[in-house]
Amino acid sequence: MFNYAFLIPVFPLLAFALIIFFFNRNNRLSALTAVAGILLAGVLAYSVLFEAIGHGPELAEKPFFQVLLGFLQIPTGKEVFSVGVMIDPLAAVTLFMVTTVCLMIFIYSIGYMQHTHTDEHGHKHTTDDPRYARFFAYISLFACGMLGLVISSNLFELFLFWEIMGLCSYLLIGFWSTRLPHEHHIDDAQTVRAKIAGLKAFLTTRVGDTIFFVGLVFLYIQTRDLNFTAIFTEKTLHHLAETQALPGVPWVTLIALLILGGAIGKSAQFPLHIWLPDAMEGPTPVSALIHAATMVSAGVFLLARTFPLYLTAAQAGGPAMTVVALVGAFTALFAGTIGVAQDDIKRVLAYSTVSQLGFMVAALGIGAYVAGAFHLITHAFFKALLFLSAGSVIHGVGTNDMMNMGGLRKKMPITTTVFIIGALALAGIPPLAGFWSKDEILAHAFERMQHGDTIGTAVFVMLAVAAFFTAFYMTRQIFLTFFGEGRDHHAVEHAHESPQVMWMPLAVLAFFATTLGLVNAAPLGISFFGHFVGEYVLGIHEPLEHTPFNPMVAGSSVGIALVGIALGWLLYGRKPLKTGERDPLMSLGLVWKVLRNKYYLDEIYGVVIAQKEGPAGKTGTVESVRVQPGWLLQLVVWFAGVCFAFDKAVVDGTVNLAAAIGRAFSEVSAWVDQTFVDGAVNGVGWLANELGDGLKLIQTGRVQNYLVVAISGATIFVFWFMIVISR
Amino acid sequence: MVPFALSLLVLLPLVGAAIVLLIPKGQKSDSLIKWFAVVWSVIPLLLASYLWFVLFDPNASKMQFEEAYLWISSINVRYHVGVDGLSMPLVWLTTLLTVLGLFYSSYVIHERAREFFFMFLLLETGMIGVFVSLDFFLFYVFWELGLVPMYFLIAIWGHAEDRPQYSAIKFFLYTLVGSVLMLLAIIAMYINTSTATTPGTFDLIELATKRPFANDFVFASLAFWGIFLAFAIKVPLFPFHTWLPDAHTAAPTAGSVILAGILLKLGTYGFVRVLVPIFPQVFQANVLPIAILATISIVYGALVAMAQTDFKRLIAYSSVNHMGYVILGVAAAVAIGGANLTDRAIALNGAMLQMFNHGVITGALFFIVGILYERAHTRDLKSFGGLGAKTPVYGAILLTASFASLGLPGLAGFISEFMVFRGAFATLPLIATICVLGIVFGAAMMLWKVIQNVLLGVFDEKRWAEQEKHGVKLYDMTRFEVITLAPLLFLMVLIGVYPSVILNTLNTISVAILGQIVK
Repeated sequence: MFNYAFLIPVFPLLAFALIIFFFNRNNRLSALTAVAGILLAGVLAYSVLFEAIGHGPELAEKPFFQVLLGFLQIPTGKEVFSVGVMIDPLAAVTLFMVTTVCLMIFIYSIGYMQHTHTDEHGHKHTTDDPRYARFFAYISLFACGMLGLVISSNLFELFLFWEIMGLCSYLLIGFWSTRLPHEHHIDDAQTVRAKIAGLKAFLTTRVGDTIFFVGLVFLYIQTRDLNFTAIFTEKTLHHLAETQALPGVPWVTLIALLILGGAIGKSAQFPLHIWLPDAMEGPTPVSALIHAATMVSAGVFLLARTFPLYLTAAQAGGPAMTVVALVGAFTALFAGTIGVAQDDIKRVLAYSTVSQLGFMVAALGIGAYVAGAFHLITHAFFKALLFLSAGSVIHGVGTNDMMNMGGLRKKMPITTTVFIIGALALAGIPPLAGFWSKDEILAHAFERMQHGDTIGTAVFVMLAVAAFFTAFYMTRQIFLTFFGEGRDHHAVEHAHESPQVMWMPLAVLAFFATTLGLVNAAPLGISFFGHFVGEYVLGIHEPLEHTPFNPMVAGSSVGIALVGIALGWLLYGRKPLKTGERDPLMSLGLVWKVLRNKYYLDEIYGVVIAQKEGPAGKTGTVESVRVQPGWLLQLVVWFAGVCFAFDKAVVDGTVNLAAAIGRAFSEVSAWVDQTFVDGAVNGVGWLANELGDGLKLIQTGRVQNYLVVAISGATIFVFWFMIVISR
Repeated sequence: MVPFALSLLVLLPLVGAAIVLLIPKGQKSDSLIKWFAVVWSVIPLLLASYLWFVLFDPNASKMQFEEAYLWISSINVRYHVGVDGLSMPLVWLTTLLTVLGLFYSSYVIHERAREFFFMFLLLETGMIGVFVSLDFFLFYVFWELGLVPMYFLIAIWGHAEDRPQYSAIKFFLYTLVGSVLMLLAIIAMYINTSTATTPGTFDLIELATKRPFANDFVFASLAFWGIFLAFAIKVPLFPFHTWLPDAHTAAPTAGSVILAGILLKLGTYGFVRVLVPIFPQVFQANVLPIAILATISIVYGALVAMAQTDFKRLIAYSSVNHMGYVILGVAAAVAIGGANLTDRAIALNGAMLQMFNHGVITGALFFIVGILYERAHTRDLKSFGGLGAKTPVYGAILLTASFASLGLPGLAGFISEFMVFRGAFATLPLIATICVLGIVFGAAMMLWKVIQNVLLGVFDEKRWAEQEKHGVKLYDMTRFEVITLAPLLFLMVLIGVYPSVILNTLNTISVAILGQIVK
């Protein structure tokens, strides 16, 4: 099966092409094509997984490697740069996750991308989104990008798919950024917000990507190859650790830090996380697929893929891994606290995603390779589940604001059930999936702490506190959304359970969110995942650190989660919020304000880069959303203007001046020519004329006159001659 | 074998041009001229395709399809033509863009069609002539020959509000200034290579082995900078670029396409064909100033492009940015330092591929601008919005070309940018670091100024409906426009994922060129 693995991304690509070129007018056929594409990819991915399991953990050390002739092949002098397919346990399990989640989300989208509205007679109409087919084309292309990234055998190839995903993310965040006047599924303000969010996402990640790009180039220069099997060898890693990029900094550290830049951008880590909450302007399946389950975890996947680099950097004494650990842990805590004070149902989940990605990054930073990878897989399932259930809620009530919800459990029982399953998994309640993976990360950090490691201690503390906040904000969300009485009667009255095509995928995801953790449940004696994925890593011969199950850590992590849930229940569950009531957290005063305003980070970015603002009273119109550029942006724009003015005035001015001087010179020449040169010629003519006129007077025709002149002349000549001779 | 293949390639458009003049006047003569010109121009394309894809040996570093005859015996001028991996793709691109330009123009040119199609075919002869010439004298003749038709294309068919007369004369004179200096250098090299008993040479191959002024650095520098200026103006390299936005904006759509797609390449082609092999030492000694000019072109070009409000001017300035990468690649390839042949070959491959890619991508973008202008009668970016919903096919095509232009992986521009940077970071790391800014600005320029303004937002139906009284009507791409752009879009994707299709050809020649100068 491995030999056909290259087809996995080809099927969705084919679906994309078919929809764009042939089926774009047929909505049903387009959706069907997209689902078929991902289904075929899924079948292949599952068989690849089974074959990989058959090979066992040794596959990590000797991964399947296949060169794809032609594709991205670059002759470079006397060498040839080739890319291909690489299957190792990490790729195999990620393929399983991506295809499963994608398939569920694709099916869900069939229903979600239809909009229901009620006309003036109270009749309900369901219409497809005006660009329904385009949506399925984009998500198919996205699936191609993600699957291609996973099976990449080469960092350059990985970067290519990485950017294709970035493109799809841009297109899908901005999916509702354009509309015709007669289309009413969105309002004008939303088009503007979506437009800004797309640009923000692309350019923010582009900053990270450019740093990654430079790291890629440096790695290529140093190793003369970018194939994983070639760069992750003892010899090459040794070379990277021994040679210095800057005084005191070995290449491996510099390159690892540059690659981290890409991961920070893509996986929305502090300080480049700002694009992800805004990305929620996209349709909810997009949020679930790209901005929760797959693309954002590509940054973590990249770190796992290039893990040998980080290990080598750590051995060489560089700070690369420490930076990874601290960035991750800080992001986990930072975003987790923000999530507590948000009212937008999707934004809470967005900050939660940022926080959970922080867990994964921190895990890799402290060397918990298996735990990081494991959390990547489990998180994808329950976060996709949460987003899709949130989408089901939004689809039902038509608003994102949790303050306008409440009491939805009666109207949407299935959605409520699966949402709670997802939330408990996220909070880390056993035996749901999130517990096992999160616990493993905490256990590893605890182990480091016990060895007296400061970084380990810092990471453990930050992650433990973050875990508490996770449980708390999920409980708050559940009670605000599903329990109590509806706070906005208009919205809640129209709420209805979503159609089968939407809740069936939810059920499947809920199944995985419940059971998937059991593939690596140490106390039950199952360590299948850890054994399969984490026994070996390319190019590193010492075995990876494995974390023994620690009942104390497990107990306290469950304890922390339960405390968070209990507190949530105390504040929001015991006495549900009624219409007009204030959020109980508001009594925190300044703390609430700071969290509510996301530590004013948007304002800081606003001062520097740009701020989005929407003055009240004009909601729904284009004018209601404006972008206020910050000083850096203004500086760039100003500088661009200065360059342009310089170009016009000085650079082009010189050219025009040269032309003007040339012309002036030619004018002068013409004048000189006319006055003097031509003047001389004319003068000669004039002289001749005048002379003639004058001389004609002596032509009298009388012989006497001529004789007088002749004799006078002869006499003068004789005298002159005599004078000359006498000298 | 095709006998006299390259001569045929040069002459066919000229013959076509003559026939265009001979088509009798009549009611249908215009459409006859158009269809004749389009069909006729396909012949060179087919011939060039046959030469490249069938007969051309990509692994041979020698000149192929060579022809050489004595032309002016008293000064040893020869009619010497031939192609190698450097020129073959550019010759092919010339024939392709000519077909597309003529095809598109046959729908949109209504005035003085006979003269237009005559000039266009004449231009093709000039451009192909430059690429196949191996004699500097011949090269110069074709170089100048290309100027004249372009001058008329801009001056006569330019849009009245864009000062076509001014732009055309600026283009003409500016290029001529450079040409004159080049001519002086050519003559100096001829005299230097002559001895008491044998005449000098204009032959580019011979000059590369003889290396005129090899022992006289001052004279070599003078000759180098003379030729450099001629090419730098054509590229155009900062600060010699200001003719470009004017000429581009004023030119009719197909003229802009050829200008961006081919004429700019004449400059960079000259860098690789003439300056690198004939003056390697001088080039190496002056790599830094040249690389700095390239850096300024890259960053400054992107910034100035960002300040534009006119769609076409923005694309024109983006050419300054993109052509800067070509010069950066060439500079990186010859820079002094410890880099080995592989590093240098990657840089030069990248530069040559970037030439081809820029021709494809920017050529397409100029068609795209022209298509919009035909409908809206304005190019002011602020006056659009919502076209992604209103005209989806146009939106998709603009999106693809824009992302290719900003260097999205999977599309052509990325491969060449990556290779240029891969080479530049190995030999000129500091310069390359600054140039990375160009990537970010490039993305901002295309996304923020073009896509956000044109495609996204709400389509203002009322305003455009009102405009319809003035003959303005926004509608999606018609069939002939899609046909015009399809080959270019196909090339963007093909080179983006399967670059070896062209890189194999380029790599052979860059190894050969660099093998001469790197120990």
